[in-house]
Amino acid sequence: MTETLATATTHAARAHARAQAGTVTDAMPIVPASAWSTPPNGRAATMTWAETVPGGRYASKVLARGTRLRLRDLDGAACAHLLIFRADAPHERLNVADTVKVPWQAYLGLGHPLLSDQGRVLATVVADTSGRHDALCGTTHLAGNTAKYGAGELHSASPAGRELFTVAAAKHDLQPRDLPPSLSFFHGVKVEDDGSLVSTGNAGAGAHVDLLFHLPVIVLIANTAHPLDPNPEFGTTKLEVLAWRAPEELNSLPNDDPEYQRAVLNTEDAWAAATIETENRQ
Amino acid sequence: MTLLAETADLALVPGRVVLDETVPLRAPWSAVVAAGDVLTIVDLHGNQAVDTLIYDAADHTRRYSAAATVTAQQNLFLGTGSVLRDADGEPLMTLVADEVGNHDTVGGACSQESNTLRYGHHTKHQHACVENFLIEGAKWGLGKRDLVSNINFFMNVPVEADGTLGIVDGLSAPGKRLAIRAERDVLVLVSNCPQINNPCNGFDPTPVRMIVTREE
Repeated sequence: MTETLATATTHAARAHARAQAGTVTDAMPIVPASAWSTPPNGRAATMTWAETVPGGRYASKVLARGTRLRLRDLDGAACAHLLIFRADAPHERLNVADTVKVPWQAYLGLGHPLLSDQGRVLATVVADTSGRHDALCGTTHLAGNTAKYGAGELHSASPAGRELFTVAAAKHDLQPRDLPPSLSFFHGVKVEDDGSLVSTGNAGAGAHVDLLFHLPVIVLIANTAHPLDPNPEFGTTKLEVLAWRAPEELNSLPNDDPEYQRAVLNTEDAWAAATIETENRQ
Repeated sequence: MTLLAETADLALVPGRVVLDETVPLRAPWSAVVAAGDVLTIVDLHGNQAVDTLIYDAADHTRRYSAAATVTAQQNLFLGTGSVLRDADGEPLMTLVADEVGNHDTVGGACSQESNTLRYGHHTKHQHACVENFLIEGAKWGLGKRDLVSNINFFMNVPVEADGTLGIVDGLSAPGKRLAIRAERDVLVLVSNCPQINNPCNGFDPTPVRMIVTREE
């Protein structure tokens, strides 16, 4: 055993490297996702993403139209900052202003559309057991985290959301100027009458929020403390990210608002125009 | 000379007038405002939303961030003393004088596309702020990816306790002004909002006046 772990030669180094595989941690991707032991819909074969993201880290993935994404705050102090781009046309992306203005609602919850800048719905919130989310404060920046925690760089123990997003975006050939304002889940903010922004904190361990995607998307997730997190110490905990195929759910959407219905119409119209194959939709 | 004297009187912060332009109704506008100079915006006819984006004149990737701005002041509304920050939290401009208050940071710009959701597909070909931002931004090499949630000066967007928010009747009036001081050389990109389906312009878009003064 000692010999195989030596790294003085290429053969030994290779053996040393290969011996590391199979290690299991509490924050890692499970590949293939179908190997995830507890698929939320009971059908392992439909799983397309199963990853646990540590506090202060990020993840990204391209997901098909009809994917349902579940974000779970495992230990009660995750904060999932989210950006969404249309995968087949990444210049179309999340627009937080339209996301709150069009539905006449500042707070994210069941049925809330996450709208693109092109009058289409990228995702709908289809489940929410937390109710503590934010579409107003965006994410953290280097100077802010440095002032608050002593460090905010990507390599630090308290990385700013903007640093994490910069790298996540770069992996999809998107630049910092491509980063629009973001949403965040699991740390609430309330607006007082005078406009004051007040943290309402976290809903506790185990809460989840589910998004259903109406178009193919690039999803960027940064799991780092909310800018108004009152905790002076960086204490962001693990985020569980699961996704599975659920295209049939596009036929039963949880929102009857006329603005939402028109957003869905616009989205279906654009998708139909951009695709030749007939979909397996009723 | 008389005109200049009048302009100087209209500026909220005294100084030598280096720019005085009227933005026609529905039109875009842009200018570089030098560090230390003050831009006074005059809501000539009252309740005219002035959609505004700000960029570092030397590096357009450093741009106004609604999130960084409202988070730093822990308040959603802009008023006297509000520092308009970039995404790294650094000041771009400061609202040094304001005769109205409660300027909006949330509503963003109207677009042809979002108008179809908000008011119906018959509004698709009406004028909209994003069109203005794109055509005016193109003069400076700015494109769609450079547009983010903008400031809406003179626009009133309250948020109710249950999260309901919306554009309601404005707090401004004919001749009301505000003044923003450049903390570095900045490019100010404006859409004099052409929206006709909500009260952000009192359902009647009108011109606004832009005056830049420099300390003497």
